Amino acid sequence: MTSLSRDDVAKLAGLARIEMSDEELVSLSNEFTVILDAVARVQEVAGADVVATSHPLPLRNVFRPDVVIPSLSPAEALSGAPAQEEQRFRVPQILGEE
Amino acid sequence: MIRNSASEMASKLASGEVTSVALTQAHLDQISAVDKDVHAFLHVDTEGALSQAAAVDAKRKSGEKLSRLAGVPLALKDVMTQKGIPTTCGSKILEGWRPPYDSTVVTNLKKNGIVILGKTNMDEFAMGSSTENSAYGPTHNPWDLTRIPGGSGGGSAAALAAFEAPLAIGTDTGGSIRQPAAVTGTVGVKPTYGGVSRYGLVAFSSSLDQAGPCARTVLDAALLHEAIAGYDPKDSTSINAPVPAVVVAAKAGNVKGMKIGVVKELNGDGYQKGVRTRFEESLELLAAAGAEIVEVSAPNFEYALAAYYLIAPSECSSNLARFDAMRYGLRVGDNDGASAESVMNLTREVGFGREVKRRIILGTYALSSGYYDAYYGSAQKVRTLITQDFNKAFEKADVLVSPTCPTTAFKIGEKTNDPLAMYLNDIATIPVNMAGIGGMSLPSGVAGEDGLPVGFQIMSPVMKDDRMYSVGASLEAALLSKWGAPLLSTIPALAGSK
Repeated sequence: MTSLSRDDVAKLAGLARIEMSDEELVSLSNEFTVILDAVARVQEVAGADVVATSHPLPLRNVFRPDVVIPSLSPAEALSGAPAQEEQRFRVPQILGEE
Repeated sequence: MIRNSASEMASKLASGEVTSVALTQAHLDQISAVDKDVHAFLHVDTEGALSQAAAVDAKRKSGEKLSRLAGVPLALKDVMTQKGIPTTCGSKILEGWRPPYDSTVVTNLKKNGIVILGKTNMDEFAMGSSTENSAYGPTHNPWDLTRIPGGSGGGSAAALAAFEAPLAIGTDTGGSIRQPAAVTGTVGVKPTYGGVSRYGLVAFSSSLDQAGPCARTVLDAALLHEAIAGYDPKDSTSINAPVPAVVVAAKAGNVKGMKIGVVKELNGDGYQKGVRTRFEESLELLAAAGAEIVEVSAPNFEYALAAYYLIAPSECSSNLARFDAMRYGLRVGDNDGASAESVMNLTREVGFGREVKRRIILGTYALSSGYYDAYYGSAQKVRTLITQDFNKAFEKADVLVSPTCPTTAFKIGEKTNDPLAMYLNDIATIPVNMAGIGGMSLPSGVAGEDGLPVGFQIMSPVMKDDRMYSVGASLEAALLSKWGAPLLSTIPALAGSK
């Protein structure tokens, strides 16, 4: 039986960039015990001799011709931006003050 | 008029008996009358629909050659971008977003002169089987407003059953077209993966997602299928091959000499009595129509659900990383000095609903170092085994069949606190997505014990989508002659309905 503690879930939530309340972390950790038990069944038949399938189509490196095609104007590209400045996306600071 | 099939509407438009403006207005009136109770739509584009309709009428008047479905209205699942029209995917994180471009499906609909009425409700980012995960409230099943309309495409299916639209677009990652079709007594088709472009379909699980047609008849689904399908260079997973001749197949509806394989594992225990009864009856009708019924076994299907709930969350944890509060959508906590990371964390906390968070976290875990092989890697191997089961089964049969879902529509709220019970709805539909083949659900009657619709599922090999239309049309005709009228003619009337 696999289980995820409240702290495990908190670490995953951090990796996934989702703030979570303590109540949410606890209830998710309880749910994951049940869910992980159910999904772990895949291990019963996934032998070393079975190859993995990541995709239904046998595709590899699909390229398009290197030609210029019409694209969005800056105004269109910025039309949904939460904040913009000088025809650019304005974002919160990424690096610290140092 | 709104109770006609899309094909009948198209004929009336072609003969001049009705205009597209009048037809579109009739559907807008029906939406005004019943959608406060059904809640199939998240956005109704009254002005845009009427102007698209007027443009089709003008072209027809000038003698221009139009496509078969020109002027017929349609409801679009809110997971598809349409330029300038709000696209939320049922999520708060995209509230108010108006995409600056059309999805290829929408481009194809517009090329065909199909009138887009508005955007339909769905489980947030298509994660769910009931539309209860929509951030904008659930859709209600027109057969019984206290019940779910299926999901994630419950809005599209409910719009058809409530005569708010004769055609709709859905997307199917694990059954989101077929399961809503089954529980609303409508027709839904998941084409072969790669058959319809995913460009502009907001991604949930890219190796499983597939857009497809929803309608009230098999022929209508085929006409819409041909209108939206085909190779698209904008989607690197689009199949560069001719679209299967689905309209020809739906018109002929011929199953003589076809071998129909009943999947042993997708029946029996866990399937409601009325679901099994309707399934057996449909098999008898197909046999009487000249098909040979054989039994096939797919021993690895019992692992499909477990594999799906690793693969889909894994892909979604990666796909939904794009909702980062930087370029579009919601942004929360952007105060002086707040870091990009804290803005992202706060935005995603507020913007995503419970099920989306659950799946992102599960996917993050399944892909994390140390657990990757045990979870995501094993699930990929199961995917191989399921595909092999299908390949073997298709050596014995031209198509495979099963009930679409184990039960009829359940009550709103009944399963919201039990994710695993909710996931079981998709037990018979998921294998199709894992292998990338085609699947259809059409109504096979109502269950004796509750009077609610039951779906019959047909599965066809890669790019042999025409086969499921042959079988679907044959069964539909046999059931129609048995019932004397379409199943939806027996749906209880909604208040204000025309």
